[in-house]
Amino acid sequence: MVKTDFGPPKYLDMMSDLCKRNYGKWKYHEVLDTGTLVHVAESGEKLYTVRAATPRLMHVDTLRAFCDLADKYCGGFFRFTSRHSIEFLVEDEANIEPLKAELHAMGYTPGGVGNTISNMLHTQGWIHCHTPAIDASGIVKSVMDEVFEYYKEAKLPARLRLALACCLNMCGAVHCSDVAIVGVHRVPPKVDDEKISKMCEIPNVVAACPTRAIRPEPAKKSVVVNEERCMYCGNCYTMCPAMPIFDPKNDGAAIFVGGKVSDARHPAMFSKLAVPYIPNEPPRWPTLVKTVRLLIDVYAKDAKEGERYGEWINRIGWEKFFKVTGLPFTDKHIDDYIFSVPTFRSTATFKW
Amino acid sequence: MPETRKTPMLDQLLDGPFPSFVKEIKKGAEKNDACNDLLGQLELSYEEKITHWKHGGIVGVTGYGGGVIGRYSDVPEKFPGLTEFHTMRINQPAGWFYKTDRLRKLLDIWEKRGSGLTNFHGATGDIILLGTHTDQLQPVVDDLAHEGWDLGGSGSDLRTPSACVGPARCEWACIDTLDICDTLTRRYQNELHRPMWPYKFKIKVSGCANDGVAAKARADFSIIGTWKDNIQINRTEVINYVNAGFDIIGQVVDKCPTKCISYNPVTKSLSIDNSNCVRCHNCINKMPKALRQGKITGATILIGGHAPILQSAFMSWVIVPFMEMKPPYDEVSELLEKIWEWWDENGKMRERVGELIYRLGMRSFLKATGLPAVPQMVLHPRTNPFYFWDKEEVNQ
Repeated sequence: MVKTDFGPPKYLDMMSDLCKRNYGKWKYHEVLDTGTLVHVAESGEKLYTVRAATPRLMHVDTLRAFCDLADKYCGGFFRFTSRHSIEFLVEDEANIEPLKAELHAMGYTPGGVGNTISNMLHTQGWIHCHTPAIDASGIVKSVMDEVFEYYKEAKLPARLRLALACCLNMCGAVHCSDVAIVGVHRVPPKVDDEKISKMCEIPNVVAACPTRAIRPEPAKKSVVVNEERCMYCGNCYTMCPAMPIFDPKNDGAAIFVGGKVSDARHPAMFSKLAVPYIPNEPPRWPTLVKTVRLLIDVYAKDAKEGERYGEWINRIGWEKFFKVTGLPFTDKHIDDYIFSVPTFRSTATFKW
Repeated sequence: MPETRKTPMLDQLLDGPFPSFVKEIKKGAEKNDACNDLLGQLELSYEEKITHWKHGGIVGVTGYGGGVIGRYSDVPEKFPGLTEFHTMRINQPAGWFYKTDRLRKLLDIWEKRGSGLTNFHGATGDIILLGTHTDQLQPVVDDLAHEGWDLGGSGSDLRTPSACVGPARCEWACIDTLDICDTLTRRYQNELHRPMWPYKFKIKVSGCANDGVAAKARADFSIIGTWKDNIQINRTEVINYVNAGFDIIGQVVDKCPTKCISYNPVTKSLSIDNSNCVRCHNCINKMPKALRQGKITGATILIGGHAPILQSAFMSWVIVPFMEMKPPYDEVSELLEKIWEWWDENGKMRERVGELIYRLGMRSFLKATGLPAVPQMVLHPRTNPFYFWDKEEVNQ
């Protein structure tokens, strides 16, 4: 009989005695540098954390190398963060520098703590998904290489979260990140009338369209797409393999800015459209990378200390944002989806 | 083993300071045909700027309806190692804590029966085992079960819950995020493993308003730690921050969203009007040694967060301003079960719970759950006069 429904390993079995002893009894923490934190317990005991970003996609041998480091320096314990970074939990202060040196030699530079760019949340892309408009890992590698100084050194006004989703399903956190890349299509799906009656449930396909651009075509046992109403979200393809929407000449990325999930100072915010389209340029995506860099550099220079990206834009106004970034404002930026009117400016107070 | 794939485009992603995923796949390619073919297919995708995975794929293991994502190459003749290349989601320990001996066993099983490639972790929290054949799915699950690792969620089920680091290593955890996550995961194993709902449902648990697992944005049911009484002020530490040159006016007083915190430079004392504090956490974040949360702690429960498909992106909104969170967490379970019953009965196919509330109204949701309407649920009352009355509420 197969064993089922027993759930994950208990978290307490994965934790050092020091963590268990001081569980729920931490007093304060300090950022020692961009790769290191210290947490001090009520008992006076200290736990040091060494953090490093990972590419998220890792071979078992790399994870075994992390296990070796944890055995050598951390009594066999480590964890991952909600942003795919690895954290070594060090009890002996003397182990911090040797651990960092070994991590660095492995190609994993500690960083991402404090007012930095931490690891970039991302998705599967061309490595393992059937609906992407862009790759994930290749763009993340290219962007993180470009902005690596912001990961290593705390020289931003506040922390900056980067995220990427390879299609409009927006898996992950692109709708709530400071700077976010989303894969977009620009042409309607192609309907394969032959296949559709065999492979798809037509009412579900019709219901999958947020703009009601799809109607049944009973004569052909197929559907018709009203191309004027289609904004290429690809949700019909998710439901129906006979409606592929890919177009290498037209697929690409949009950039959104100004989202956050923390409630500190200003409540959580959605990210908003900054750049409607940049084409795919593998393997290094130079235009996209250059634009992300520009968006980060302008914020780093202009925002006040303690201001997240969205708070900065709220203060200066979007008209000023487009001026200082030099990015064009287009008809694409004006919302025409489901709840658009509250985004229009019903006041004459704005900047020239 | 066939010759190693030539990958001139991907090779350009080996350089640079950020760790390279191409290097990771190449490590696999030295040992494993599937990884070698993955390099080849990815290089082809880079040349053609398009995915080469076929649509969908339904595979799984005995007894479960979710946990495995089927995937097939659309060019299997070129890349036979990818004819079948399925993903398995493995439920992570709460907070993503690992002991090396336990993890090594999982890695050994995956190297023997799969590609050896992983994601640590998927966005929902699972360990992702990336790529194996259909005939290996059951053996992987059996081997992993022997070592105490169970599958996570996929499809129209309760997805794998996740939690921030919480009390294991954070002074700001108002609730035991790890225990809540672990308890709910174990209590609802059936709902997690056997999809039976209109669509997916995610639970995330954050210990404070900083929302370390982005529960508001990335979960249908968001549990976020908070407190009811006064922020604790350590006056000596306040003076230490000021003496060290910290800009207490600029970073704390001026940035307080409700202007309820003030600082007297003469007496070097900080005071907080707690009745007007919204617990945004900025002052505590900025002065962790001087300010601590209150002692009466619990959680705010929010509902409805999800990505834009179909009716726009939602962030979760408040349904319970304050709930005590003590084991065995029966109050939160009762609420979850009421919500699931209502959603399961009324939800359309592929309708997230937030969209159902939007379609039928908060009024209907509150009736179903028995929750009272309170002003904390809204940013402001409605601006239009088009509201419903029940028959019992009007004069007959």
